[in-house]
Amino acid sequence: MDAQPTTPSDAPDASPTTPSPPPDAPSRDDELGPPLVELHGVNKHFGDLHVLRDIDLTVRRGEVLVVIGPSGSGKSTLCRAINRLETIDTGTIAIDGQPLPEEGKELARLRADVGMVFQSFNLFAHKTILDNVTLGPVKVRRTRSAEAKKEALALLDRVGIGNQADKMPAQLSGGQQQRVAIARALAMHPKVMLFDEPTSALDPEMINEVLDVMVALAKEGMTMIVVTHEMGFARKAAHRVVFMADGQIVEEAPPEEFFTNPKSHRAQDFLSKILTH
Amino acid sequence: MGDYLSQFLRLFESYDVLGAFWVNIQLTFWAAILALVVGTVLALMRISPIPSLQWAGATYVTLFRNTPLTIIMVFLTLGVWGQLKIQLADDFPSNFFRFAVLGLAVYHAAFVCEAIRSGVNTVPIGQAEAARAIGLSFLPAARIVILPQAFRGSVAPLGNVLIALIKNSTVAAAAGVATETSSLMKTMIEFDSDVIIAIFLTFAIGYVILVIPVGLATTALSRRLAVKR
Repeated sequence: MDAQPTTPSDAPDASPTTPSPPPDAPSRDDELGPPLVELHGVNKHFGDLHVLRDIDLTVRRGEVLVVIGPSGSGKSTLCRAINRLETIDTGTIAIDGQPLPEEGKELARLRADVGMVFQSFNLFAHKTILDNVTLGPVKVRRTRSAEAKKEALALLDRVGIGNQADKMPAQLSGGQQQRVAIARALAMHPKVMLFDEPTSALDPEMINEVLDVMVALAKEGMTMIVVTHEMGFARKAAHRVVFMADGQIVEEAPPEEFFTNPKSHRAQDFLSKILTH
Repeated sequence: MGDYLSQFLRLFESYDVLGAFWVNIQLTFWAAILALVVGTVLALMRISPIPSLQWAGATYVTLFRNTPLTIIMVFLTLGVWGQLKIQLADDFPSNFFRFAVLGLAVYHAAFVCEAIRSGVNTVPIGQAEAARAIGLSFLPAARIVILPQAFRGSVAPLGNVLIALIKNSTVAAAAGVATETSSLMKTMIEFDSDVIIAIFLTFAIGYVILVIPVGLATTALSRRLAVKR
């Protein structure tokens, strides 16, 4: 992350919670760069279950893509396939023009360029918050430890956890842990960030502190693929919403259009179920 | 009562009981270190993504866990030393001592491997995924993220292996280590068969004194080291 946060905050500890501009901010495709993540004809089975069916998807540099859909629709699997935490049966996945390597060092190198944020945070439980963030840069990027520490503290400040650097993950709340997880991914200077239901395991009052960080990141131009049910986030930050059901991409549209005027029956049905409460 | 006391005194005066226990402690010490190293490598093989390594690790464990220790010991001395003429040291006592350590280590390594694997199972899969996601390949991920947590989760089962190892060190007699406790006990029974209960109690209590602190320490340690999640 070389770019400065677009939300100027003078208070040292403030998380990027400054009021967001109206939801029209992104949404113009012409700001987006060349294709960064490309999936072609991706299929995957779990036994008899066909979890990904002929997925074709291109995400451009700087694009924020929200993937939405009922549980079991394959959206998490899709997200995890992009850094090969799930293997695929057929099709190709390329990142920055480079096809995903099978295994070994090549794959590890590619994963270092793809940030991942998990539903269950997955902070390294035996390491301090600071060590969680510096581990990747020091062990993978071979950054000098002092330099990595300095940057990690800056990142932790940015997500509002600066004063907790020496604590262990279990001492932090879920929202705090997830913000650390975002800082840990950002410390690798990823080309693209994957979010696999980042707020689904959080208590309601902690969801916003994580979403605020994600919105700020989106506004800085980070390429993001976000599996989430947070309509607010999609409206505020996404360029495009992809709706999945039964392993297929059923519909894709800009968020405003998708939420107000879904075309497919499946999407209408899904939205009516989650929007009525 | 005084009668028994004099019997114990007689035994301790005529024989080097503490020296014999010291030999078992040394056997245990070296075998434990070797078994820990071999067992860790085996556990790494079994959790590795490479099928042939998984197979080799699993085969080792199946083979050595299911072979009686006495047979391993006798094979090492009569087979490896006697038949194949492989020597681990020039003088007889050191040679047999080393064979005994080797036998104890290869046998208990199988149990260490399984204890560590049970510890690996206490580490949530998400920890490995997070490690891979930041670009660590298998070995660094295992070394930095998985094993440190797995060891903390396997302190108690490793303690059980150590306790078994302490007691099994008496099987070194089968490998020709003549100075350890069970050999000494045999000698004592041969020459002082009138005080056989005192002889038995000497060694029983000796091992209880050795083993109880290990059990207490590993239980306390496993609580203290447990990873908070």
